[in-house]
Amino acid sequence: MTAVESYKRMWRIRLFEEVVDRLFGEGVLRGTSHLCVGQEATAVGTCAALRPDDYVTSTHRGHGHFLAKGGDPRRLMAELFGKATGYSRGRGGSQHMACFEIGFLGSNGITGGGIPVATGAALALQRRREERVVACFFGEGAANQGVFHESLNMAALWKLPAIYVCENNLYAMSTPVGGALAGPGVAARAAGYGVPGALVDGNDIFAVRAAASEAAARARCGEGPTLIECRTYRLLGHSRGDRRVYRTREEEAEWRARDPIPRLRDALLRSGEVTALEAERIREEVELEIRDAVAFARESPALPVEAALEGVYA
Amino acid sequence: MMEVAASEVRGAPEAAVPRAREVYFTEALQEALAEEMRRDPEVFLLGEDIGVYGGCFGVTRGLLAEFGPERVRDTPISEAALVGMAVGAAILGARPVVEVMFMDFVTLAMDQLVNHAAKFRYVYGEQARVPLVLRCPAGAGRAYGATHSQSLEAWFLHVPGLKVVAPATAADAKGLLKSAIRDDNPVIFIENKVLYQSRERIPEGEYAIPLGQARRVCEGGDVTLVAYSRMAREAERAAVLLAEEGVSAEVIDLRTLAPLDIGTVVESVAKTGRVVLVEEGTRTGGACAEIGVQIFEHAWDSLDAPIRRVTTPDIPIPFAPELEAAVIPAAADIAAAARALVET
Repeated sequence: MTAVESYKRMWRIRLFEEVVDRLFGEGVLRGTSHLCVGQEATAVGTCAALRPDDYVTSTHRGHGHFLAKGGDPRRLMAELFGKATGYSRGRGGSQHMACFEIGFLGSNGITGGGIPVATGAALALQRRREERVVACFFGEGAANQGVFHESLNMAALWKLPAIYVCENNLYAMSTPVGGALAGPGVAARAAGYGVPGALVDGNDIFAVRAAASEAAARARCGEGPTLIECRTYRLLGHSRGDRRVYRTREEEAEWRARDPIPRLRDALLRSGEVTALEAERIREEVELEIRDAVAFARESPALPVEAALEGVYA
Repeated sequence: MMEVAASEVRGAPEAAVPRAREVYFTEALQEALAEEMRRDPEVFLLGEDIGVYGGCFGVTRGLLAEFGPERVRDTPISEAALVGMAVGAAILGARPVVEVMFMDFVTLAMDQLVNHAAKFRYVYGEQARVPLVLRCPAGAGRAYGATHSQSLEAWFLHVPGLKVVAPATAADAKGLLKSAIRDDNPVIFIENKVLYQSRERIPEGEYAIPLGQARRVCEGGDVTLVAYSRMAREAERAAVLLAEEGVSAEVIDLRTLAPLDIGTVVESVAKTGRVVLVEEGTRTGGACAEIGVQIFEHAWDSLDAPIRRVTTPDIPIPFAPELEAAVIPAAADIAAAARALVET
């Protein structure tokens, strides 16, 4: 994925999430949604290091990962609207969306739930001697789940082709990382499994991509998993209704100043890969795309009520 | 490959089975695993001490030598991730068979079973198939105490998306395990530990028994005894006891609890008008509670007497062998319940 394409995908995620936030505010969308505004570089940086036929597992905060892996914003939006054209035909919703065809093995409503699933997918690939890898996204909160330890232990033991990408956005809902995570950090835990651990600036897409590329290369040649901790920040609340009483507006402003999208834009302008006008045009294109996604979702048919009873068993 | 009709694999009379040979229940399971592994390279085994050791109960003994450590994979003691990994491998087309050393340990993997294995197909809009089998050595009778003796199948009946299989005979163990492995859904496969030691005749060659078909063990007109797994054998013995008293009992071995062959049960109850439901699990919220209500829903007007349940009482399984034996249902308890019904 080129840097320019990465830039476009980051805007796609940003504008998608902002529209979702607005639609929730207007009462158009129901249920709940966990938005990743501010974390776009971890999703896109990681996927930029993958091949199209590699796999990704995601979290409850999964729209960004899905779009970064190449998900169609129309079908994502349709899922949030609960429509038949959504990726899960309206049965899954925000936290339960997948597209196996593009290697997106699903967002996941259970904190840490995707970690062993990713590990098992990596085992399946290894058994077939395939040179494909699985990138497993999770938050720093999930690093305290038992399956984190169990999975990393087995992945390291068997040298599975997995990349564990921890998005440390400093808060597990309201709990600050310092109040929940013992030791020097998530990446440092890699040493316990004898695998490389990398701590990177999660708002610097180049840093994320470099770490993920190295990890993917290792995984592909049978050297096993890598644990990458991306320090980042979600600029919006945990979910709808979060008044963010556990952090200060000053802290938020500091992180807004480190917004990964303008950072990439500046880098692209400096390198001459885009002009300011082209950069603006990319954003406008994405804006139209997202507007189209909302229209598509609005106009799409709902699944007939009877279909709620189908699809439980294969 | 043939599918064996229910009549051909009845536990008794054994003379009715044409070509057959005698094996232990564990060997029947092992044959099913080996045959399916030979047939399909995507089938592989995951579990604790299943390799060199051959599994805690010897079910996988010898498989390492034939299939190697990649297909008979010993794992760390990590039930949650183990089951989660099976889910991840399954959605990419593998067919993992996981051995949970004791069914009691399934508690450690509940999230992966309930929230992942059972739901992926539905919530991902039918993109996913999750063909995995969780083999669960279950039940009491060996004085292993409260955390190594439970029959927890009722929990899984409450989870749409799972199938639950519980064979009572070696012949069924083989045929049902083969079907479970070929099934595209997650299957909880319950192996009663006391049955492991039974040596029985099974049909020669390869055969599979479809999931969701109960087995009429013996015919009778006075009362129906419905059971599964080890309790189907106790019910069979109870029928013998009852016959000595002139009571004719029909025994139905459910074989699978999900899907449940309620049709066969209802058909029998329509004939006898009386039913005793038997399970090794504890009473409240047990499998029999569900089966009883379904009988009532489908055939309340056939009932000449109240439905009776014979179960383990609502207690942890005690260690002392005498206490354990006293609380686990046995043929005499089942016969007593049936007798009481026939007398009403």
